[in-house]
Amino acid sequence: MPDSQEQITAEIVESHRVYAKAREESGQESRHVLRDFAPYRSSILRHPKQPLVVAGDPEAVELTGPVFGVTDVTALDSDLTRQHVGEPMGERITVTGRVLDRAGRPVRGQLVEVWQANAAGRYAHQRDDHPAPLDPNFTGVGRCLTDGDGRYAFTTIKPGPYPWRNHVNAWRPAHIHFSLFGTAFTQRLVTQMYFPGDPLFPYDPIFNSVPDEQARQRMVAAYDHDLSVPEWSRGFTWDIVLDGAFEGEHR
Amino acid sequence: MNPTPSQTVGPFFGYALPFPRGGEIAAGAGALTVHGHVFDGAGQPIPDALLEFWQADPAGGRGGAPGTLRRDPVNGAILGRHGLDFTGFGRVPTDADGHWTLRTRPPGGRPYIAVAVFARGLLHHLYTRIYLRGDVADPLLDRLTPERRRTLVATEERPGVLRFDIRIQGDEEHEETVFLDFS
Ligand SMILES: [Fe+3]
Repeated sequence: MPDSQEQITAEIVESHRVYAKAREESGQESRHVLRDFAPYRSSILRHPKQPLVVAGDPEAVELTGPVFGVTDVTALDSDLTRQHVGEPMGERITVTGRVLDRAGRPVRGQLVEVWQANAAGRYAHQRDDHPAPLDPNFTGVGRCLTDGDGRYAFTTIKPGPYPWRNHVNAWRPAHIHFSLFGTAFTQRLVTQMYFPGDPLFPYDPIFNSVPDEQARQRMVAAYDHDLSVPEWSRGFTWDIVLDGAFEGEHR
Repeated sequence: MNPTPSQTVGPFFGYALPFPRGGEIAAGAGALTVHGHVFDGAGQPIPDALLEFWQADPAGGRGGAPGTLRRDPVNGAILGRHGLDFTGFGRVPTDADGHWTLRTRPPGGRPYIAVAVFARGLLHHLYTRIYLRGDVADPLLDRLTPERRRTLVATEERPGVLRFDIRIQGDEEHEETVFLDFS
C-alpha cells in the first residue's frame, strides 16, 4: 500500500524539525542534501551506510577534471525551441546565470547539460508513460559551454509539473535538470533548478531532501523582468556554485 | 560562497547524458576492459545508474583533452572521440541488468581510475576509485582495513579483462564499496 501525502509530509516536517534543532544546538549549518532521506523512498536502499573516507591526497587525480571544447557542442544545443521543424508548445523562457567555484571564481569553458519535461510535464523517455502529450517539436535536451565570465544561457519552454509514484498523489514541482563540470572532478554537480513560488514545494521529498531552508532556496531561480523579451519570452536567472576541492584553490 | 545543493539525476537522464561510445576512453591494441554491476542495499542490480570515469593518460598527464562528445556540425550528431587525443573522460549508463563496461588504457602516475556514481534514488553522487591492481603502496589504500580495501581493487577475470562491482549500500553478505570525501 503506497504511502499518503500526509505521511510523507509528516516525515518531511519531522526531519526539518530535527535539523533545525541540531543547527540551533551546534551552530553548524548543513549546506548539502541528505543522501539518507526516507521520505524519498528510492533513497532508502541507495545511500551508503558507512561514513565517506577522506581522500586527503594533494596529488589525487580527482583534483583535476575533464575538459570540453567547441567541438563538443553545436550552436543549436542551447536553444531547445529550435531543435525540430516546428515550434514546441508552451511558454518560451530563457534561463541564464554564472557557474562559480566556492572561491567565487568563474568556471570558464566548461560543459553545462540540461534536460527537462515538456510543457505538459512529459519526458521524451520510454519510462515516462503518464497520460500527458508528447510534443513532436520538443526533446528537452540542451548543452552549452560557459563563457569567459562563467555564464551559461538556454532558451527553452517552461516545463510542467509531473506525477510520480513515490506516494499517492505525488507531483514534482516544475524543474530543469542541470549537470555541471568544474575544473576538478571533485566539483562535479548534478542538480535541479526550480521556479519561484511553486505551490508544490512543501509536498516534494526531493526538493525537501535539502534540510536547510536557505540552501533549498539556492536551487530556486529568480524571475528577471529585464531579461524578458517583449512579446517573445520571460527571463529567469540562476547562479550555480560548485563545491569540492580543486587544484590551485589556495594560490 | 555557499554551494548549490545536489539533487538526484532521477529516472529520465537516459536520453540526455549518455552518448555513443561513452565508455570507450580508448580502444584497440593495449586497451583493457573493466566491467561490473552496480548494486543497491538489497543486493539488487541498479538499472538506472550512470557512471563517470576520469583518469590520467598512460604517460601520467592529467590535463585531459576536449572532444569526448565531438559533434557533427552538419546534423549535430555525436561523432565521439577521434582517437588521437586521450580525453580521459568516460560516461556509461548501467543496462537493464545493472551492468556497465569501460574500455581504456591504464593510467600513468597514480594507479586508479576515478569514478563518480549517479543514480535514481541517490540524492548526491558518490566518488570511488578503481585500482587496477592491489599490490601497490597508495596513501588511500594503506589506510583501509583489508575488507574495505578489497572493495576498491579490480579483480582480473582473464588477461585484459577486469571486474569491478559497486555496492552503493552493503548488505549482510557484501561489504559496501568505499566512497570518498573530497570536501
Ligand atoms: Fe525530472
